[in-house]
Amino acid sequence: MKNIGKEKALQMLEQMIRVRRFEEGCLKSYQQKFITGFCHTYIGQEAVAVGAMAHLTPTDAYITSYRCHAQGLIGGLTSREVMAEMFGKITGCVRGKGGSMHVFSKKNNYLGGHGIVGGQIPIGLGAAFALKYEEKEGVALTFFGDGASMQGTFHESLNLASLWDVPVIFICENNQYGMGTANDRALANPQVSDFAAAYKMKGYEVDGMNLESSYKAFGEIIADCKKNSRPALVNVTTYRYQGHSVSDAGLYRTKDEVKCWKEKDPINSFYKSMEEQGWIDEEGYKALDKEMKAEVKDALEFAKESPWPPMDELTNHVYA
Amino acid sequence: MPITEFRQALNQALEEEMIRDEKVYIMGEEVAEYNGAYKVTKGLLDKFGEKRVRDTPITEAGFTGLGIGSAMMGLRPVVEYMSWNFSLVAIDQIISNAAKMYYMTGGQFSVPIVMRGASGAAAQVSCQHSHNLESFYAHIPGLIVMAPSTPYDAKGLLKAAIRNDNPVIFLENEMLYGDMGEVPEEEYLIEIGKGDIKREGTDVTICAHLRQVGFALEAAEILAKEGISAEVVDPRTIKPLDIDLIADSVRKTKRLVVAEEGHKFCGFGSEVSALIHEMCFDDLDHPVIRVSQGENPLPYAKNIEAASLPDVQDIVAAAKKSLYK
Ligand SMILES: Cc1ncc(C[n+]2csc(CCOP(=O)(O)OP(=O)(O)O)c2C)c(N)n1
Ligand SMILES: [Mg+2]
Repeated sequence: MKNIGKEKALQMLEQMIRVRRFEEGCLKSYQQKFITGFCHTYIGQEAVAVGAMAHLTPTDAYITSYRCHAQGLIGGLTSREVMAEMFGKITGCVRGKGGSMHVFSKKNNYLGGHGIVGGQIPIGLGAAFALKYEEKEGVALTFFGDGASMQGTFHESLNLASLWDVPVIFICENNQYGMGTANDRALANPQVSDFAAAYKMKGYEVDGMNLESSYKAFGEIIADCKKNSRPALVNVTTYRYQGHSVSDAGLYRTKDEVKCWKEKDPINSFYKSMEEQGWIDEEGYKALDKEMKAEVKDALEFAKESPWPPMDELTNHVYA
Repeated sequence: MPITEFRQALNQALEEEMIRDEKVYIMGEEVAEYNGAYKVTKGLLDKFGEKRVRDTPITEAGFTGLGIGSAMMGLRPVVEYMSWNFSLVAIDQIISNAAKMYYMTGGQFSVPIVMRGASGAAAQVSCQHSHNLESFYAHIPGLIVMAPSTPYDAKGLLKAAIRNDNPVIFLENEMLYGDMGEVPEEEYLIEIGKGDIKREGTDVTICAHLRQVGFALEAAEILAKEGISAEVVDPRTIKPLDIDLIADSVRKTKRLVVAEEGHKFCGFGSEVSALIHEMCFDDLDHPVIRVSQGENPLPYAKNIEAASLPDVQDIVAAAKKSLYK
């Protein structure tokens, strides 16, 4: 905790709570049919993106799958911009054209949320390649799921990254399932970091339920990647509390299993550690939580009141 | 004007654009040290070094995606597929990522990438190496599809493609790489979406692209000897399509033959035919005739391969049919 410091700790706690309350807002709005289509929440996985992205500079880039709301919020998009996108409004971060799975932000170098499992992995590689080509000191964090790590694009990207010394960090958010398939039924080796050795890069195992360890690990990994311009592969152990998407009842896992993971809740455990340091007390936590709830409420109202995309938006942006 | 080989015209376009813009780089299998499977990138490694001319492993999805990601960050990659047949391994990257990105991001991220290589039938390479993918890629909003038939067009279009901010599918043909043609010394670009009349005529319009243009011109010669004046229209870009140029020609000749190397069903000719029937119904003296490859995978054996591919005689016969001859 000492290495993190009070200010950074508070900021990261706020980010985790923001993401969670935001996702809860999404779930509620989905039930109320304000949000439609697919909707995949990040609840339970907050410490992964928060811990990793805490080390980014404005030069760095990042990219992920359809489970993409958190990275948008952590990277600097407002709750209003992301929520309005969920609602399909013109005020959304991509003008209502992407919805829940396609949060992007050019100004923050967020290369977005992608709907094809594994499809974003070579793009993240390409972003890092561009940084190196232009001699900028930067990395690209490339997030994907455990299910995606069995796609050809994953292996092709690891090979290219290592071959060409590309400063990309492959982050497998190993939340134990690809939809309803437990990863030991899909991955010959669920310890995904093992693939690093095969491609001659560094591999890491990180506890993604604990922000302190995630923050520390990613600090070292990112620094090393920048210093040596070498890729890395990180397998982060984590868990999603909700179904795969809002339409998933989660019948493939037991209530006990979910309960067990929730006991390691990243927000709660980080709050406890902060409390031990005397950086926050219950009152402070409640105030912060209230603030985040109010922010999400405001975002929901903003999204509701925002106009739909005008008809000319339909044919706008087909070609640059 | 200097007479230049087709592959050399492409090479000039690449070299000129790489000199003009540091962000342009080339990537693909065998493009650097080997100088390209068809020698289109010959000498570029020596001129620009390995940062900008990169040999890739055989990993089409991987390097296409890499190119797309780098284009989103502002680079201008030119990706070579050893042939377009192998782009099918990367088609998800091309369609789900390159084509959709600008729209899906509400206009934030454009993808200025050019993907190029040999397409269509070569000489007896059988069915896995003879795909005509025009209609696959032209079907997708967000992609530009080019299909030049001459060295002049190839150079001007490739330069325009590299400067364009959209993903461009640039289709070449192995049988054309050795063709010679006039290419001016001074710089020029060809406007994307502008077709070209390759031969003027009054009795029948033949619309053709890529290798079929040469066949159509030969057919026009034969037809001329029989007193039939054929006009040959080369759209040069499949998408956006210069349908107005084709329609204007049809309004004059009242007849249209569309020759393409690919299959008929849902093919390029079907699209042109539909558009011309919509636009020129009252002008037509005969329904549009499509000349195309048979509805079978392209076989290896010379005799049945030839029977499957459209050729000069097929175009001649179609043109005469349209004149009820
Ligand atoms: C190529 C492809 N195949 C299938 C799907 C349908 N699909 C969407 S998410 C998913 C599971 C992916 O699991 P994982 O990679 O572990 O990511 P997680 O959802 O757990 O974050 C599947 C099969 C898809 N979107 N793309
Ligand atoms: Mg998963």
